[in-house]
Amino acid sequence: MNTSLATLNGVDPWILIFSLVTVVVTVVMGFRSAKSSKTAGDFFVAGRSVSVGWNASAISGEYLSAASFMGIAGMVMAIGYDALWYPVCYACGYLFLLLFIAGPLRRFGAYTIPDFAEGRYDSPLFRKIAVCFVLFIGFFYTMPQMKGAGTTLAYIFPGLPYWVGVAVVGAVITLNVALGGMKGITLVQAMQYWMKLFAISVPVFVLAAVYGGYGKNLEINRTSYDAPAALISAATPDGTSGPAVNVRPPLPSKAPVDEAWSSPFGPLTTKAAKAAHLTPEETKPLSLLYTYSLIIALVCGTAGLPHILVRFYTNPDGVAAKRTTMWVMILIGVFYIFPPFIGVIGRNLMPELYNGLGAKGTDKVVLELPTLISAKYGVLGSVMSGIACAGAFAAFMSTFSGLLVSMTGAVAHDVYGRMLRPDSTPEQRMRMFKFAAIGIGAISVGLGCCVEPLEINFMVGQAFAIAAASYFPLLFMSVWWRGMTMKGAAIGMLTGGVLALLAAALTNVSNLALDKGPMGKIFSSFAPLNDFWAQHPLLRILCEQPAIWTVPLAIVLMIVVSKATASEVPKNIRMKMLVLHAPEALGLKNEYIQENQAGAGH
Amino acid sequence: MRRQLKLSIGCALAFLVGLLGLPLLNYFAPAFMAQRVGGFTLTWLVLGVLFFPYVWLVSGYFIRRSLKLEDDEARNALASKEGALR
Repeated sequence: MNTSLATLNGVDPWILIFSLVTVVVTVVMGFRSAKSSKTAGDFFVAGRSVSVGWNASAISGEYLSAASFMGIAGMVMAIGYDALWYPVCYACGYLFLLLFIAGPLRRFGAYTIPDFAEGRYDSPLFRKIAVCFVLFIGFFYTMPQMKGAGTTLAYIFPGLPYWVGVAVVGAVITLNVALGGMKGITLVQAMQYWMKLFAISVPVFVLAAVYGGYGKNLEINRTSYDAPAALISAATPDGTSGPAVNVRPPLPSKAPVDEAWSSPFGPLTTKAAKAAHLTPEETKPLSLLYTYSLIIALVCGTAGLPHILVRFYTNPDGVAAKRTTMWVMILIGVFYIFPPFIGVIGRNLMPELYNGLGAKGTDKVVLELPTLISAKYGVLGSVMSGIACAGAFAAFMSTFSGLLVSMTGAVAHDVYGRMLRPDSTPEQRMRMFKFAAIGIGAISVGLGCCVEPLEINFMVGQAFAIAAASYFPLLFMSVWWRGMTMKGAAIGMLTGGVLALLAAALTNVSNLALDKGPMGKIFSSFAPLNDFWAQHPLLRILCEQPAIWTVPLAIVLMIVVSKATASEVPKNIRMKMLVLHAPEALGLKNEYIQENQAGAGH
Repeated sequence: MRRQLKLSIGCALAFLVGLLGLPLLNYFAPAFMAQRVGGFTLTWLVLGVLFFPYVWLVSGYFIRRSLKLEDDEARNALASKEGALR
């Protein structure tokens, strides 16, 4: 008790109150909705009865992770225009889901993605491969959420060790998931979306009212294409001369200059070429290549994240799944307009953040920026900062709960219910779901404690690269091409996923080798790799952003191997395609996984 | 199913033209894309703000057409009492 009081001393009471409210509301809502979760169907797919509005809010809440809430504003602030591709492609990935995957996937009526993999190819082996990928991508995505939790809590309560935040958030969410399963978290996640939208938009509106709008703040960053306007004269510290433009304190030397920051092909996409000392003319095509590869990775990665895909099974039918996707795009798009704006204001008003790194630097701009308002309006700044912190809490809690449900589903349903004990009753599986949730929650907390030195964006990028080259080609091809065979699907998916992982890992270890901290020592043997990159910037880009070759490679492999093994196309492929694509009105529907208790389910 | 796929591909193309065309415009017409519109550079305005409504339009159009296709398909199939689709 004494220690907790001691740490409370330096804490802003408003931040404390808002954060506590977020946690308490999450727990209470989790408990309340847990009471209505009774059947196995409730636990795995929320009884397949989630309406369009709820599911769209829940998917959006689950998707907007710590990387979205804090990372994007930080990235826009740190690297400028190129970072805008992240929010745009995160939202656009859903268009691909909508156009090609959501409806048919739902119509198949499975519980998990491995279910679909097995059912589509009549192959238990393929289910095992798919389970491995779900767990692998899931844990990769969990680690950055855990890191976000640890660093945010350490920011809010100065002096609190990193692991406490990880353990607290992990415990709260594990409890929620174990008690209520999918149905229990649907409500919580939906509410957390609106909380996040509120938490990002209100501070932005207040900041905009005080410091000027989006365009006005961007205008301060002049490029060589702008007329050397009289605005330059506004650079006098008191702003008495020149037009009424906000005056920016001088940028630290680490910050990118205005030109590179506000134009396309800035610091992010030219890094490799810079290291190779290429001329600007030689650099530009490489930057274009980098941009395209980034786009492919983000769009296809979004459409292949298992913890998002599984939520479509909670809709009652394919039509609802399609409608849900459209609403997700709208909800997410509205949200994503705000973080870049915060990044822009942050560049003008808080350039000192450029001196820090990662969580101590631009990444905390969302949390820090609202405190500026205190200078003018006193307590309002603290309130805004508290709201922003509550949003950050909601961000990593909801994403982690989604990941936990999808991984738990994979273990309890696929590993236990289908592989180890195929004859287990739904009650046994439900009990297994609870045990699995606790086990995976514990593993996640353990992993989260180990990843403090790693960067959030590195880990999220890794997960996207793997998902883009494995699940997206698999789903896209399985849904639309009847000639696919299990061997083709498995070989394409494994090759794409593993190569993407290796390529991305290669650049990351070479980056870590440059690190001055403890990580640099561990990976120092990879330092020579950096000399190699300096000589081959093209290869470096292809490794850093592998999607541009791994995704097509996976698809080509799928086609070639499937053609070679054409005799192994499942016999009843016509029927399977019919189930995937026929409208519900025809009454052909037959859920792949049914609850075998009479009267239960739907 | 074939008409659904056609619709999907059509919408995807409309969207890809925007998504993949923007870097090309940035590449070949940097001066044009850097002009100021209400303080924004044109390219920032397109990517940071206007792109979202564009995606909503494409998806809204897709949903309307796709549900209508499904309705037609269902009605045809039921009318011929075959229940079989292509």
